[in-house]
Amino acid sequence: MIFEIILTIALCLLMLAIMANVYRVIKGPSSADRVQALDSIGINLIASIAIFSVLLHTHAFFDLILLIGILSFIGTVAFARFIERGVVIERKQ
Amino acid sequence: MITFYIFIFLPFLFAFLVPFLYKYLNRQVHTGWFVLFVPLSIFIYLVEYIPAVASGATFEYTLSWIPSFGIDITSYMDGLSLLFGLLITGVGSLVIIYSIYYMSKVREALHNFYIYLLMFMGAMLGLVFSDHLLVLYGFWELTSVSSFLLIAYWYERKGSRQGALKALLITVLGGFGMLAGFIMLIMMGDTFSIREIIANMDAIQGHALFIPALLCILLGAFTKSAQFPFGIWLPDAMEAPTPVSSYLHSATMVKAGIYLVARMTPIFGGSAVWFWLVAGIGLVTLLYGSLTALRQTDLKALLAYSTISQLGLIMSLLGIGSLAVYFGPGETGTVFTVATFAAVFHLFNHSTFKGSLFMVVGIIDHETGRRDIRYLGGLMQVMPITFTIALIGGFSMAGLPPFNGFLSKEMFFAAVNDVSHAGIFGLNKIGMLFPIIAWVASIFTFVYCMIFIFKTFGGAYRPERLTREVHEAPLGMLISPIILGLLVILIFFFPNVLGEYILIPALTAILPGMPISGHDVKISAWHGLNTELIMTIGVVVIGLLLFRTARRWIQVMRNYPQGLTLNHFYNQGLSGMEKRSASLTDRYMTGSLRHYLIYIFSFFVLLLMSSLLLLHGIQIDFSNNAAISIYEVGLVIAMIIAAFTVLLASNRILAIVSLSVLGYMVSMFFVIFRAPDLALTQMVVETVTTVLFLLCFYHLPKMTKKIERIPFKLTNLVISVAVGLTVTLLALSANGHKLFEPITSFFENAYELAGAKNIVNAILVDFRGFDTMLEISVLTIAGLGVYILVHQRVKRRGQREIK
Repeated sequence: MIFEIILTIALCLLMLAIMANVYRVIKGPSSADRVQALDSIGINLIASIAIFSVLLHTHAFFDLILLIGILSFIGTVAFARFIERGVVIERKQ
Repeated sequence: MITFYIFIFLPFLFAFLVPFLYKYLNRQVHTGWFVLFVPLSIFIYLVEYIPAVASGATFEYTLSWIPSFGIDITSYMDGLSLLFGLLITGVGSLVIIYSIYYMSKVREALHNFYIYLLMFMGAMLGLVFSDHLLVLYGFWELTSVSSFLLIAYWYERKGSRQGALKALLITVLGGFGMLAGFIMLIMMGDTFSIREIIANMDAIQGHALFIPALLCILLGAFTKSAQFPFGIWLPDAMEAPTPVSSYLHSATMVKAGIYLVARMTPIFGGSAVWFWLVAGIGLVTLLYGSLTALRQTDLKALLAYSTISQLGLIMSLLGIGSLAVYFGPGETGTVFTVATFAAVFHLFNHSTFKGSLFMVVGIIDHETGRRDIRYLGGLMQVMPITFTIALIGGFSMAGLPPFNGFLSKEMFFAAVNDVSHAGIFGLNKIGMLFPIIAWVASIFTFVYCMIFIFKTFGGAYRPERLTREVHEAPLGMLISPIILGLLVILIFFFPNVLGEYILIPALTAILPGMPISGHDVKISAWHGLNTELIMTIGVVVIGLLLFRTARRWIQVMRNYPQGLTLNHFYNQGLSGMEKRSASLTDRYMTGSLRHYLIYIFSFFVLLLMSSLLLLHGIQIDFSNNAAISIYEVGLVIAMIIAAFTVLLASNRILAIVSLSVLGYMVSMFFVIFRAPDLALTQMVVETVTTVLFLLCFYHLPKMTKKIERIPFKLTNLVISVAVGLTVTLLALSANGHKLFEPITSFFENAYELAGAKNIVNAILVDFRGFDTMLEISVLTIAGLGVYILVHQRVKRRGQREIK
């Protein structure tokens, strides 16, 4: 029972963290800040899903955790390339 | 039976042969000689029926067409249809003989001409022999179409095309009206057959649809028969070759409306509306046509207006004759039976003399190159035979003895005199107008007939005004008008032969149930010095005076303002309609997608909201809802913030990032609501979409890539709020009302049924694999589409393809 309450509190805190990140996404000021915030949201989502899986006693969401890890990495790299070079995928020369 | 149908459909069947005959044999023989065989054989076939029909027999044949809908080609032959059948094929044969000499073998596309003419002939025959209302309508429209084709025979001329279009628009308008009337009639009588409707008239008489059906059917009849104010197409149809004008626009097609009125007289006759419309409009047309004919300088236009006027005469006689249905058998009824008889008689006479007059005009046109009376004159010495025929036809049209027009005009005067003291339908007040209008119109008729004859053939001969060396027409061209002219005289001297064998059976068909004895409708040229004769003498005297002084007043007539003619109103109406609809379309079809979305969303909101409110659909029930936990609230708040950020973002990068935040939140919701597969897919798709958005963003043109937020528009705000509200209300109302148990329990047996532990995947590939297959196709199409868009660029002018 207490365990569940702790988990729920943790979830709520993660929610707060996500909200804070959303604030950063909106506020900016530069694109890099926003991309960072987005990356951070992804990591927070991983954590929330993990806690949630414990709460639900299921391992159905483990794939998702891995996937978010990969996607968040790819997404951040794509954004970074975009900000730096203006293109995501370069043509073969 | 089969012989009958072969003969009726012979024109259609033969039309298939015409192109071959034209292609392979036109060098040797004029195609018309082959075509002549068709109407002639039908004529001879129909003549064989005369004795039987004259003795009161009728014939009925049925050819099954769509039996499951009760649509059969039911043919019915009584006196009326036989009269029309004989006119169509008889005049048709003469017109074809005439056309053989009129239409050049070398210069004209004869196969087109004869195919259209045969098509028309077949349609007309089908029309008069049809007993089935819908089949009648079918043939009716076929006459409109073939007439359209024939008017525009010289399609490279602008006038022909315009005339054809006008004729088609007006007659098809009437045709549609008539179809509506027929359908109402079918509903009232519960049968397709005209005779069965006549047989149980009691069901129809008091029916609410009686008057609408009457009006609609009369619209069809009036447009086809060029009655006021629908007659304006007929003068423009004079752009057709003269044989066509002679055949369609004097003898046959324009009488289809007369036929319809005569056919429908047993059903509608006897009602005041029918009497006033048919007789009244007929008289107005008679006067209008004769007055307007005076103004014409083109001979064909003059004849066209005279046709309108004469058709008005026949129509008004039919209207007066319909009183016989009102009075029923008896002495008064018999008086009006004579009016109907006069109508049929004049119908026949008009076909003879007007056919010959048109042919005369064709000869004049052919031999002098002119059709305008201001250039013509003095042709009497040069073309004596043509002049004789014109004299016979013209005097007959004017109503002079010893020609058949005299007899029918006398009977017309007798009828209008009788109706003036009939004392019903308010006739006791304005009944006196009937003879007066008829008399005045007859005077004008007399005057234009004189103009027609003597301005063309009288006066001095001035060859310098004519474009060709004038001489008498070849004999072949004269055969048909001579035959018609002879008929005009023969009918005057032996009218009762025609009356007994053809006209009285037709009369019996129009007025069934009226005892008709040969004595009542005996035609005699001389029956004492009565009112009618005095009226005719008055017509001749005043008409001659007017003709003598024509030079003084005719210019006044010709100066009648163009702006007040019916044609002007028609043209104004047509161009006005085009302009109005163009401006209306321009007003709402702006080409702006925003406007179209506004229409779509407004209608969406309007329809759903009004139905929700009107049907008391808004019932929100929270009792079955699950509890809301606190992190869900947090997620929702985060989503709302992200959504608003998309709307209010000051640059596009922010909007894209916020959109992907929104997408990730949605996938989080899928997690909370225990949908791992969805969450996975949503995550991937969201990422890919974001990358695609970035790609689009990068390719925005530099010039217009202004960094600014979405401009505020009040309409957009109102509509978007309304749409959101509507959908929310709808979802909440729907949520509280589960009408039956969901079928989820079935899918829960996925393991037993499909051997799968994952229900979602089992549904996707097993239970409902069909959807998945099609979605795969959608993705394939999208992928191919993108590939094609990127690689297959259409080359612009002066720009090379970019690989």
